[in-house]
Amino acid sequence: MTTATKNKKSQKSSVILDYLRPNKGMPSVWCAGCGNGIVMTAIIRAVDNLGLSKDEVVMASGIGCSSRMPMYLDFSALHTTHGRSLAFATGVKFARPELKVIDITGDGDALAIGGNHFIHACRRNIDITAILINNNIYGMTGGQGSPTTPSGAFSTTTPYGNSEKHFDPCSLAKAAGASFVARTTVYHATQMDTIIQKAISHRGFSLVEVISNCHTYYGRLNRMGDAVAMLNDFKNRAVPLAKSKKMTEEEMVGKFAIGVLHQEEKTEFCDVYQSVVDKVKGGK
Amino acid sequence: MADKERVLVMGNQACVLGAIYAGLRFFAGYPITPSTEVAEGCARELPKIGGRFIQMEDEIGSIAAVIGASVSGLKAMTATSGPGYSLMIENLGYAYMTETPLVVINVQRGGPSTGLPTKVSQSDTMQAKWGPHGDYTAITVAPSTIGETVTEVIRAFNLAERFRTPVTVLLDEVLGHSRQIITLPEPGEIEIFDRVKPTCSPEEFEAFAMTPNMVSPMPAYGEGYRYVCTGLTHDTKGFTTNKSEEIAPKMYKLRHKIIDYQDEIHKMRAEKMDDAEVAFISYGSVARAALQATDIVRKAGYKVGALQLQTIWPFPDEKLREMCGKCRAVVVAELNMGQIVHEVRRALPPDIEVHELQRYDGEILTPMQLVNKLEEVL
Repeated sequence: MTTATKNKKSQKSSVILDYLRPNKGMPSVWCAGCGNGIVMTAIIRAVDNLGLSKDEVVMASGIGCSSRMPMYLDFSALHTTHGRSLAFATGVKFARPELKVIDITGDGDALAIGGNHFIHACRRNIDITAILINNNIYGMTGGQGSPTTPSGAFSTTTPYGNSEKHFDPCSLAKAAGASFVARTTVYHATQMDTIIQKAISHRGFSLVEVISNCHTYYGRLNRMGDAVAMLNDFKNRAVPLAKSKKMTEEEMVGKFAIGVLHQEEKTEFCDVYQSVVDKVKGGK
Repeated sequence: MADKERVLVMGNQACVLGAIYAGLRFFAGYPITPSTEVAEGCARELPKIGGRFIQMEDEIGSIAAVIGASVSGLKAMTATSGPGYSLMIENLGYAYMTETPLVVINVQRGGPSTGLPTKVSQSDTMQAKWGPHGDYTAITVAPSTIGETVTEVIRAFNLAERFRTPVTVLLDEVLGHSRQIITLPEPGEIEIFDRVKPTCSPEEFEAFAMTPNMVSPMPAYGEGYRYVCTGLTHDTKGFTTNKSEEIAPKMYKLRHKIIDYQDEIHKMRAEKMDDAEVAFISYGSVARAALQATDIVRKAGYKVGALQLQTIWPFPDEKLREMCGKCRAVVVAELNMGQIVHEVRRALPPDIEVHELQRYDGEILTPMQLVNKLEEVL
């Protein structure tokens, strides 16, 4: 994959409209101010900047608010069952390695019901770009606690504060074998463009965790204000990776690092299997 | 022309031979007794023909990957047994809803739960019909010999592609693990059906369009037809819908694309039925015992025949009535506590006695057990 130079045209809204699925009635299911739209436009810009054709992109997703995204974009869409999208996406990528597979998932979808598929997709290092939109809550079902709901935080199923610990999706992905791991937020929209572009270009499993706002449930139940207030909160709590490395653990309390947290060159699953096929067929 | 190829294989290996003959290029699975040899055979054979094998993290992921491969244009299959089939039920429902062709082999063992991993059973017969929640019409086939396993797996692929639907092949532990010398069909001997692809322009394309036979042409991902494939109830374009006037046609299509053409699906083997007054009705490995029992009882001078259901679902009501027209009684023999017998009762007129013979202790029904049961009836 060649990295195309940044295209000025892509900053215009007309590019966004080019990639919205024709005949699909808007509005979307997303609440006004939801971060999902910011992520969607970042993906559009990344795909456009990389010069990918719409036909070579398959967008898979599971169940939840963020997982509705493939419905709205003019790519092949595989809107699957709750938590299973990475297993479906594995089938698509392995069957047709020439396709670019982008998987859209949420914190409940990827880390609770889909936790097993998530770690094994990381382990295989299959060339899929997973974009995990983390809003710390189940939005579509009305605000229940998720595996990324922080300890003590409120949701409709943690009405007295969350008794559980939360997952860090990036640490989990790295430990499980993903060869590209990055984190950004919906406040850092320009950084998100670059990171998603890098993730799609990376050969191997890439995870992009996007911290996003569910002001409708998470924000309201935890008195964090409206969408703008929550984006400001992300701005205040996000620390660039380089800076975070110079900070002490105490200084990082309540904050999180953003940027490309991990990247390594590692053999990719479909490539390795193809070499097995070539060897077996050649030896016949 | 050289003699046809003869091989000594077990039923599970026969599945692999049949599937590859039918065009299998993708297998995803998870180890489970007594079906594991299907996965092992695919792992060994598929790379040789440029196909793909993947061992997934569980059965849920296995059928998910199979669906992903099928919508990407490859003929795809998975194989499992009871507990794994239960896990596949979720995404099997997705395949019904999204009209995705695929084949699931279920080598049945005793249940419920972990049950009897190494013992035979036919107790997933109803699950093959009503596994996933919701309304749909299932297609299920069941071979009874190793040779028939090859041809029934080929038929399962043809039905899956013809009707754009998942097809379950019910084997059982005895069939999966028995070995027989079989003659393989030559290339071209059995017709292979491939899914119909769209010929219209992408602009005109509707992924779930109503067609004269209710089966919509199916493109592969990457071929220029960008559409939404979703497990949510959808309109003809694939977009989600809550409109009654769009929901009803989709549900009608799921059922009637199959039920209106069930003559193409039904298959039944009849032995000595021409003058039979009493008939055995069975399927899977029990059908072999029934054939032998029929021979034994015929030698004693009784007019007995045997019917083997090769298509289990949709249940062949009309064909069964026709075949049993001259019978005064039937004996339904199966390795469960009574599943297909209720279908037989429902299908046959009330003047035909329906007797049942069941075994559910992990062992097969022997020909002598069938003979003894017949003595009660005669």
